[in-house]
Formats: sequence, C-alpha cells, structure tokens
Amino acid sequence: MAEIDVDVAVQAGEFTLEAAFEAGPGICAIFGQSGAGKSTLLRSVAGLVAPQRGRIEIGEEVILDTDEGICVPARERRVGYVFQDDRLFPHMSVQRNIAYGARGAAQPEASEAEQVVAMLGIADLLDRYPATLSGGERKRVAIARALLSQPRILLMDEPLASLDHARRERIMPYLERIRSETRIPILYVSHEIDEIARLADTLVILSQGRVVASGRTPALFARTDLGAWLGQNGGGVLLRGIFRHFDPEYRMIEVDLDGYTLHLIGPDDERDLPEPGTNLRLRVHARDVAIALSPHGDLSVRNQMPLVIEYIEKVDNAYSIIHGLIGLQPLRSRITRKTVDDLGLHAGMTVYALIKSAAFDRRLVREQHGSRKIHAWRSGSQDD
Amino acid sequence: MTGGGELAIIILSLKVAATAMVVTLPFAFFVAYALARWRFRGRGLLQAVTTLPLVLPPVVTGYALLVLFGANGPLGWLFRETIGLEFAFRWTGAALAASVMAFPLLVRPIRLSLEAIDPGLEEAAETLGASRLRILATVTLPLALPGVLAGVILGFAKALGEFGATITFVSNIPGQTRTLSLAIYSFLQSPTGDAAALRLIGFSVFLAIVAIIGSEWIATRLSRNGKSRNG
Repeated sequence: MAEIDVDVAVQAGEFTLEAAFEAGPGICAIFGQSGAGKSTLLRSVAGLVAPQRGRIEIGEEVILDTDEGICVPARERRVGYVFQDDRLFPHMSVQRNIAYGARGAAQPEASEAEQVVAMLGIADLLDRYPATLSGGERKRVAIARALLSQPRILLMDEPLASLDHARRERIMPYLERIRSETRIPILYVSHEIDEIARLADTLVILSQGRVVASGRTPALFARTDLGAWLGQNGGGVLLRGIFRHFDPEYRMIEVDLDGYTLHLIGPDDERDLPEPGTNLRLRVHARDVAIALSPHGDLSVRNQMPLVIEYIEKVDNAYSIIHGLIGLQPLRSRITRKTVDDLGLHAGMTVYALIKSAAFDRRLVREQHGSRKIHAWRSGSQDD
Repeated sequence: MTGGGELAIIILSLKVAATAMVVTLPFAFFVAYALARWRFRGRGLLQAVTTLPLVLPPVVTGYALLVLFGANGPLGWLFRETIGLEFAFRWTGAALAASVMAFPLLVRPIRLSLEAIDPGLEEAAETLGASRLRILATVTLPLALPGVLAGVILGFAKALGEFGATITFVSNIPGQTRTLSLAIYSFLQSPTGDAAALRLIGFSVFLAIVAIIGSEWIATRLSRNGKSRNG
C-alpha cells in the first residue's frame, strides 16, 4: 500500500517540474542535483506552491486534486516541514517553538511530547533561545517542532546539508530513530548519496524537473544504468542481512547474509544495537571488495564469501568492475584489469569476495521492510 | 493670554499626542504591511501619499485638512452627521492634525522592520497549522515590535511638537487647541510670558530626553530578548 502518492506539474518561470511517484512507509528520498526541483516538489506537497495540475495523496487522504478542485490549504495539511534553514522563531524559547504547532486538535499527549524531546536529546535546551543554539541543536529543535505538530507526513529539506561532518554523524542516528520509532512517512530531500544509502527505503531520482527512476533503494543501487546519478564506481551496492549476535569483548557483530556469516564492527553505542533477527542494510563500495580464487585462512580479511561472476565490465584501461552474486544479492568489485587477466576471471566463474570488516559503514541501518516495529509511540502501547 | 496654566497645556498636549498615536497606529501598520508585503496597482501612489505630509509645508497640510475636515468640508460633515465627531476648533482637530503629520514617521520604521522579517518564518508557522491572524499576532507583530516602538516614539514626539498644520487647521484656542508648541509661541508673543515660555521649553527638553532614554532602553531589552539568554 502506498503511503504517499504524488503526481504534480509545477510551472515556475522557465522551470518546469513534472514528477509522479509513490512511496511506502519509511523514508522516501528525493535525490538530485541542485536545481533539479527537489525543494519545489517538497513545497508543493506542503501547499506552499500551487501546482498547475496534480494529485497528491497521503495515507488515504487526498490533499490536492486539481481535476476535482481539491486543494487543502497549507495550514490544514498537517505536514511537518523541516526547512533547510530551520526557520525557528527567534523571539520564542525552544519550549515555545516546539509547542507552536502542538495545539488544538494537534495537541499531543504530554508523555508524547516528552518522548520526542527525549528522542531528540533537547531536554536541556528548552529554556534557551534559538540564537544561542549550535547548528545541530537548531536542527534537532526544528525536527521536534515538526514532529509535535502531529504531522501526517514529515518533509525534510536537506536536513544535514548545513552541518559539518561530525554534526551530521550525530544527527543521523536521530533520523534513524524517527524512522524506526514513528510511523510517519518521510519525504527526505538530499543530494548526498551517502545519506540516501543509509536512510532511504525508497528513492526518487530527480533531474531537471523529471523523475529519472524511482523504487526501493537497494533495487536502484543494484541497477547499472543509474551510475551517472548514484556514482559510477564508488557507489557500491546495498546488501541485506540479518543481525545475529554481538560480541562485546571485541565489539564485533555477526550478520547473516543469505546463509553466509559476515563479521562487522559494532556500533559505538550499545544502545544502537538492534534486536537479534532485525534486518540490516549494509553498504559496500566496489573498491573495497577484493577477489580471490580460493578462501584463505591466513589473511586478516575476515569476510570471505563465494561470488558467482555474472559479467565483467571494463571501466577504463586500468580498471574493471566484476558484477556478481552472493547468494541472490548483487555485489560489485572494482579491481585492475591486470588482475582480471592474471587470475583468468570470466563470467560464470565462482570466486571468493574478500571484504574487510572495517569497509562496512559503522552505523547499523535497519531495513524498514519486514522489520519488527521497535515501539510505536504515536499510537501508544500497541505491539509490545 | 495665560489661560489654563502650564499644567493644563501639558496635559492637553499629552492627550492630543496620545490620541493621535492610538488612532494612527493601526492605519500605519496596515499601510506599512501593504507596502512591505503586497505588490498591487497603485502601490507607488500609496507610497507617495504616505510620504506627502513629510515634504509638504505643514501649513499646506493644515489647509488641506481645513478644506476636507472643516465645519463645511465634506469629510467634516460626514463625521459630524454619522458619529457626531467634530474637528473644527476642537482638540480632536488638533489630534487629527498631529496624526496626519506623524503618519509618515510611523509607517517608515514599521515598514523597514517588516521587510527585515524572513517570510520563511511565516511560511513555517503556516505549515504548523497557524491561521493568518495567529501568524500576525505571534510571529509578524512581535518581530516587527522594534520598528513599531521606534515609530511610536518618533510619531509621539512629532505629535507633541506639531505647529504649522495645527494652527492652520484648528487655530490657537486656549484649552482646546493650544498645545505645547502653540503655547510657547503665544507666550513669547506676550511681553509678560517669558517665564512661562521658559518653563514649557524646559518641559519639552525633559520630555525629549525621557523619550530618547526610553527608546534606547526598549531597544536594548528587545535585542537581548532575541539574542543571548541562557536558561
């Protein structure tokens, strides 16, 4: 069932946006270069831009249908908009800022407000004014304000773009928490492929006002024709595994990948460990995958899995990309053409893919699809 | 010549200026908002009309008021017949003259502070479910407050000291239209009025200093509110 169904045409001066896509629950990333129409798309969902033609449906409710003459005004759409520039009210304390949208019918339970404040770690900031907050703090307050207005959908416009790398790393877990702890669908605008690989359940690639491709993120990452957008060689693929076990002594975790066991480095904070059985998404860059003809017990590389070569793609004179399958999941390896020739690699051959534990993204990303709901705070204690 | 005493003159002047401010402020805010936010036909004209009292000789403005709002003027007739309000040779006329003269001084700082507000904040309030009125009351107005206060202080000072338009429109009647400037002028015309004139001049200077200190205090308070205030 689609949570979000969008089909809009917006004409703004020279620029035309024509986009149609649908997305399920979780995070739907809108990806594209600047000027691709990402923000315009978000603004038309929020009702801040009036599309010439279009239809927008969010969880059964039609908020725009130009054929039927339906256009719900922005203030009644109940979208939680996290703007790129935060837009906190400078004359109000953090407390009053986050309470601004939470009134009348949208008044959340006091416990819910507390939960959001705790989830985003802003309890100590409530009496402060926006001008005294750091960039990361402002962003968390903006997210809390959007969440507490009881939104049907969250719209996030490059929430991490204005932050440096360290702050980005600190905010990302909060976004993952929102994704796993609430049922609100999220439209997430970004031009950072790393964020998308980590966060997005579905992905819409936008270019010059048009949708190039849309669908589930791992499926799009596995496609070879989207290299121009998702990164030619470095892009890598997304693997799906099941979390099995954590070894606190070495801070290593074991993940089941279609019957093979992967050893990865665990998260910095044990609280971020998922429950055993949770589906995880792992991102592997093609450049981090080495190839061997047989397994080796005397290597430092812990992860050695059989890989069936589908085909070998020549990138340039120096490099080739091996496209293969581990079980049923696609994996790519970028190695030199000389190695390909020296080892005599060819399509249909079974070799071993070697991946260092450290090559995986340190953060554990839960797959929304098929995962257990951790707890659903929006509807109280439902499935404990 | 000394009718009413100096205290009565001061009280009358304060009453005229205060009334002028209360009546003008909503109009000034509306015009400032329209000029700052809306693009409409006749915007240039509105801007020109708003600035007019600032550049016209005050006597000309007073004459225009006399023609329009005088006992036989069309608007004067309208107000008298509908709500029984008369301007000619009354303190209400002095308040009207002060309002018109102070109007441009109110509009300008309000408009500047409105233009300085990020429209994105109003958009954000809208996505949070706020109605237009609530956005105005909770976002626009508080953020424009420094401009409003600056305008009111400027306008109040102008209304207190207004001379040319008042004397042309409603003359110089003790107890009705003889406000501070008019009284000082009258005392100076009289051979025995120097002492009284000096006392009123002293009071004017005192009021001016209080106004300046007051506006500074408000400005620092407001900027502190917006910036650093740790819990």
